[in-house]
This record gives sequence, C-alpha cells and structure tokens, in this order.
Amino acid sequence: MIIDAFVLRALVAGLIVAVAAGPLGCLVVWRRMAYFGDATAHAAVLGVALALAFDVSIFAGTLFAALVVAGAVSTLAGRGWAMDTTLGVLAHSALALGLVVVSLLQGVRLNLESFLFGDILTVTARDLWLMGGGAALVSALMLWRWEGLLAATISEDLAQSMGLNPARERLVLTLALALVVAVALKVVGALLIAAMLLIPPATARIYARSPEGMALLAIGAAALAVLAGLGASLIWDTPAGPSIVTAAAAMFAASLGGAALIRRLSRG
Amino acid sequence: MRRLPQGGLGMTTLIEAKGLSVAYGAAAPVLRHVDFILQAGEIVTIVGPNGSGKSTLLRALLGMVAPTAGTVSRATGLRVGYVPQALHLDANLPLSVARFLRLNRRLGQAQVAALLARVGAPGLEARSLATLSGGQFQRVLLARALAGNPQVLVLDEPTKGLDQPGTAAFYRLIEQVRRELGCAVLSVSHDLHVVMSASDRVVCLNGHVCCEGAPSVVSNAPEYRALFGLGTGGALALYQHHHDHGADHPDHPHDHETCNHDH
Repeated sequence: MIIDAFVLRALVAGLIVAVAAGPLGCLVVWRRMAYFGDATAHAAVLGVALALAFDVSIFAGTLFAALVVAGAVSTLAGRGWAMDTTLGVLAHSALALGLVVVSLLQGVRLNLESFLFGDILTVTARDLWLMGGGAALVSALMLWRWEGLLAATISEDLAQSMGLNPARERLVLTLALALVVAVALKVVGALLIAAMLLIPPATARIYARSPEGMALLAIGAAALAVLAGLGASLIWDTPAGPSIVTAAAAMFAASLGGAALIRRLSRG
Repeated sequence: MRRLPQGGLGMTTLIEAKGLSVAYGAAAPVLRHVDFILQAGEIVTIVGPNGSGKSTLLRALLGMVAPTAGTVSRATGLRVGYVPQALHLDANLPLSVARFLRLNRRLGQAQVAALLARVGAPGLEARSLATLSGGQFQRVLLARALAGNPQVLVLDEPTKGLDQPGTAAFYRLIEQVRRELGCAVLSVSHDLHVVMSASDRVVCLNGHVCCEGAPSVVSNAPEYRALFGLGTGGALALYQHHHDHGADHPDHPHDHETCNHDH
C-alpha cells in the first residue's frame, strides 16, 4: 500500500502538535488555565482575519493575535480583574471580531470551517517546517524553564523565595501557548485546540506518577489520538480535526473506566 | 538593596528595615514607617489582625515586594528558608514528596531522608503531596525550607488550617529545629493570643508597629494559660493585646502595659 504524501504530511503535522501540546497542556491543567488556553485559541480566528487583511502568513497572524490576547488577559488579570470575566470578554470578542473581519474582506473566498475545525489534509511542506520550528521552540522553552514553571505552578511565593521570577514564568507560558495555537490551527482548528491541550494530559494523569511522566504520557496520548483519529477520518471520511479530538476523548473515557475497574478489582 | 556588613561584636544583624512603607498601586499603604531588625539566632513573631500587613512585611523583608519608601537590607549571602502559607495544589499534579524537595535543587536520596527525619516525617518520600494531612504537609514544607541550611527560617502563618494539637506540635518542632541549627526564626501569626513562648520578641503590627516586647511579660495571663498553656507542652504562650487605638491614628499616643512603645 502506498501512503499518499498528503496523508504522511498530515500525520507528521499531527505528531508535531502532540509534542508541542503535551507538556504545555499539563501546565495548563495544573495551573487551572483551561479557559485561558481556549481564549488564546479563539483569538486565532482574529489572527487569520488579520493575516488575510494585511497579506501576511497565517502562522504569523495567528501567533500575533494569540500573543496579544494572551498578554491582554495576563495584564488585566494582574490588575485584579476576575480571570473568568476577562477571558470571557476577550475570547469571544476576538472570535466574533475575527468572523466579522473575515466576512468584510473583499475578494477573499475563505473556507471558514477549515480554520474553526482544522484542515490537516491540506498541510503543505512549508507548513510543516513552520510548525516544526514552532514546536521545537515550545519544547525548548519547556525544557529550559521546566523546574521554574513547576515551582511557580506549585506556589508563586515559594518560587520567588527560590530566586525565581513568577512573572517571567507566566510570560514563558503565554509565549508557549501562543506558539502552540499557531502550530495547531491547521490540525484541529481554533475551536478544538484547547481540546488537544486538555484531553491528553487528563488521560495521562490517570497513569502518571510524576510531573515529567505526565508530560511524556500526554505527548504519547496525543500522538495515539492523532494516529487513531487520522486513520478513522480516512476510513470513514470524517473531518480529521474533530476525529482526532474524538479519539483523544475516547482514550480518556476508556482510561477512566479502566482505572475504576482496576480499583474495584484490587479492592474486591 | 543595601548589604549589611558581616560581623560586629556578638550579634550579627541578618535583616534590617528602616522607615519601610509598602503600598500596592494607588491604594492606601499596607505598611507605614516600619522599623524592624532581626539578629542572628533570634526568634521573632509578628502578630496582627487580618489585613495588618504581616505577610507584606515578610515579603518586603525578603525582597519579594519593593518598598515604596524606606530601606531593607539583608546580610550578604543570607540563606533564607521560606515556609509559605498552606499551598493549594491541583489534584491533577502528581508530585511526590521527594520530587517536591528536589524542586530546583539537587538533593541525594540520603539528604532527602535526613531532611524528612529531621522534621518528624520520615519515610514520606514516595507519598504524593496531595494525599498528605495538613500537619504532614507543613512538615514537608519545613523540610524544604531547611534544605538550604538557612540562617533564618521565615514562616508565613505556618499553622493555618491546623488544629490546636497540630499547631502546638508544629511549634515544638520549630523550637527543636532552631535548637539544632541555631538559625533565626521569623514567623507570622494572625492569632493575637497564640504565639511561641520561645519568641525572644513579639512585634505587633497593624499597618505600623503598634508595639513590641517579650512574650514572657504576658505569658502568665491566667485566662489564656488555662486555654492553651497546659496541653501544649509550653509551646504556646499568650500575648494579650487590646486594639483600642484606631489604625487611622498611628501617632495617637496610647498606653500599653505589655509593650515597649516606640512611637
């Protein structure tokens, strides 16, 4: 059987997302930033609109919009605004504004669905290089700042007493989050990026015994979901992005059920 | 940040604040003109009601917040062991006690075991932090603070959330650790009535330093002695205090039997 090049590219793209999203997703879960990830991802739609309007690459536009929204959320929350309100305002404003701007653009025939739910089968070689670069940067940030990020997650006071600067760790997280959004946009789409950040770590949590173990398991769970979801999408002709997320969700449910069963058996 | 010179005769000053004021943004200052000094080996407890600026004073003394006025100086290369207020860990973070102690710090297996034994929590290495009791958790936090062989142990309401026997046991442990290490202990309590009997000095804070003095002066107050003094092995003493002066009149002269006033 010959695997088509576009399928191979899709597979590589999915695995790149898995590597980038796994460890960062764990931090998002531990720091209870789930909604923060969602807001940043929604901003990607505004980024797409801006990229088309100013004729720059979609990757750059997405990265820019995600950074701006993530930065705005951090700043407002730092000034005492309730986090959920700030996120709710910014996430939906960015999404709505993005949709409006796209509709206003003259002469652009855009398949919006591909940005909302991903279009992994149209990933080009150039996309792969960009995504790979973004993911490598995220991984480097995670490796470089891991102890600091973990310390600041456990307690910002404690981190400060170790001579770390929690504000810098927050900045690293914001940057990494924006990068992951830009990397994952074409794979799962703006509406489902948060799912790739949250579901694999949730699955990994069931098995993990250490923070590092959970980060690696999250990469593994995400990679498996990409394989299963992409395969299912090819066989049954379902949309790839939602299929990947569905596979991830199925793995989580199976793990949860399995863990409960093991507990019951070991007790009984 | 000024650095204090080492040495002097007998006492070494570890931390000194002069005319320290701290404000967050445009709000009214949390601390006003606080003078504070901590000598080597000294046990000082800061007490005060909620919102009196106790934690802010600690954070300013450690350089975690910048003063809006005044100066804070610390001895050169001061080793601080910090025990934060009770942490709220996300249950989704699988973190063992040993991994927590090794966070951002290189410790061998034997060192981890020795630290846990020192704080009376031996054998907890493999336990998940999330499954520890409140008392065990505070001991692990203390173990982490001790890992750097500190010259001063700084505790921010370390017994918050512990019951009375737990609190008493924790303070006994602090006293024991101090005897062994000879470090200074600077702690904060929001409970005006419960301070360490071993404190050399109690600083009462309410935005400014209301008063400070030796707790022994007040430790004989019979009604509190009856409540705390007997069942706790003497670890808890009492510091009677009446806030009959308003915080908005910091310079209002007032008399206080148990405090040395310095307004």
